[in-house]
Amino acid sequence: MISLDKVSKTYGSGAGAVSALVDIDLDVPQGAIYGVIGLSGAGKSTLIRCVNLLERPTNGKVHIDGEEMTAMNAAQLRAARHRCGMIFQHFNLLTNRSVYDNVALPLELMRESRQTIRERVESLLEMTGLADKAHQYPAQLSGGQKQRVAIARALATRPKVLLCDEATSALDPQTTASILTLLQEINQKLGLTILLITHEMEVVKTICHRVGLISDGKLVEDADVGDFFTAPRTQLGRTFLNDFLELEPPRALVERLEAAPSAQTHPVVRLTFSGDSVSTPLISKLSRDHGIDVSILQAKVESVQGRTLGLMIAELMGQAEQTTQALATLESFDLHVEVLGHVQRTD
Amino acid sequence: MSSALIDLIWESTLETLYMVAVSGIIAALLGIPLGILLYVTRPRQILAQPVAHRVLGLVTNVGRSIPFIILLVAIIPFTRMIVGSSIGTNAAAVPLTIAAIPFVARLVEGALNEVPPGLVEAAQSMGATPMQIVMKVLLPEARGGIINGLTITVVALVSYSAMAGAVGGGGLGDLGIRYGYNRFNPTIMLITVVILVVMVQVFQSVGDYLVRKSDHK
Repeated sequence: MISLDKVSKTYGSGAGAVSALVDIDLDVPQGAIYGVIGLSGAGKSTLIRCVNLLERPTNGKVHIDGEEMTAMNAAQLRAARHRCGMIFQHFNLLTNRSVYDNVALPLELMRESRQTIRERVESLLEMTGLADKAHQYPAQLSGGQKQRVAIARALATRPKVLLCDEATSALDPQTTASILTLLQEINQKLGLTILLITHEMEVVKTICHRVGLISDGKLVEDADVGDFFTAPRTQLGRTFLNDFLELEPPRALVERLEAAPSAQTHPVVRLTFSGDSVSTPLISKLSRDHGIDVSILQAKVESVQGRTLGLMIAELMGQAEQTTQALATLESFDLHVEVLGHVQRTD
Repeated sequence: MSSALIDLIWESTLETLYMVAVSGIIAALLGIPLGILLYVTRPRQILAQPVAHRVLGLVTNVGRSIPFIILLVAIIPFTRMIVGSSIGTNAAAVPLTIAAIPFVARLVEGALNEVPPGLVEAAQSMGATPMQIVMKVLLPEARGGIINGLTITVVALVSYSAMAGAVGGGGLGDLGIRYGYNRFNPTIMLITVVILVVMVQVFQSVGDYLVRKSDHK
């Protein structure tokens, strides 16, 4: 439904040129929710603005629903934008228009009749739970209500695609959850294809089917959300995941960690389970087969897009050869093992 | 005070109101579009035209830098062409208008600049034409700022109109100078000043009221 083909965006020219996007290839299938995640300044905002050409890519092609956006003239582009809604971090509602009139705006721009506008706006306000707020002004609404108005407005022209630019970043966690639920409903009921950018893994985890990770203007990961959460392919992906799961070793432990093992140390490992390995009684197996003790320092189980994800930080306590064998056993399972370091044994 | 003097004060008040009204309305009609042009032709704006923007900006600045009393006499030929005479209340309204147009334009440009760029971006994402962005987003969202600018203009015009006496335009300022200053009549001077103060107060209050009413921020 949305496809980016070698899209690049460079600001300025010559020595002062800054590459915001480099050769981005991205494909969002019909009906999917695709989340692009990345740190501030990675190029997320530029990326989403290149889709509806609020920013014109320096190179590459953008297609929406088979139409090449990058080949259109101004009038064609305006018509195409009616089929592509967008919502923003700061809502961008018109302060001097009521809720009703804000939602009506895109229809007015298309010169729809008053009658059509009324029917459409009323049904959208109903759907977004704002029917009783129709005659209020944005200043009287909470952040979550404002974003609902913005969503209703973006859907007014019955677009096939919705672009969300950090749509929940200005909202508190509870409101974020309710907006995400609304987006999910829209996606399921209307079959709307959604491309969103965010810096919150929570958003990706909750509603996205696929995720792209952007770093320095490059798309470094592009995976199913389940795959990304169980086995990110890049270090940055892993950092995002660990930050999100708050699965960092305790500070006191980090201070004791040594990079190299010795006869006097135990390895500390971070295990990421997924798929079948979740249900394997791994710890007792290690104890039994290798005669070591396993001290669990942190553990967590998450469910992502119907898949279970287990995470654990553990210290393997035993003789050097025993722990080495235990590590080898771990590696043979369907799980990700990362040795964080080694701590002096205290036994 | 003789009834002749009271008539004179009444007449001068009407002259001031007339000059302010005529020049204020025409300056708004011409200054608002000029202000919009100044804004939309800015670099990175919806109709970015850097060269046109600079030319318009230059003309506007020249208009604003000429001292009013000099403008008043400098454009006498133009005034005669427009109203058929270089003296009288109508003749004074022409330079007042000319002085107010760039003033209004800059205030309108400033008011438009206060509209968050995100709103324009949102309208663009909906497929709005530049004209629709101006009419449906920029002007309605800047309404309070524009009314505020027009209020400032009207108050400035009340003050400028005091110089209209130089071309026989009449008005309260002229009355104050001729009767109050030249003929040593402090009472007349005081009365004209009080009327002007009240007038400005009324204009400002009405303006503030309209700003409050028009804005839902």
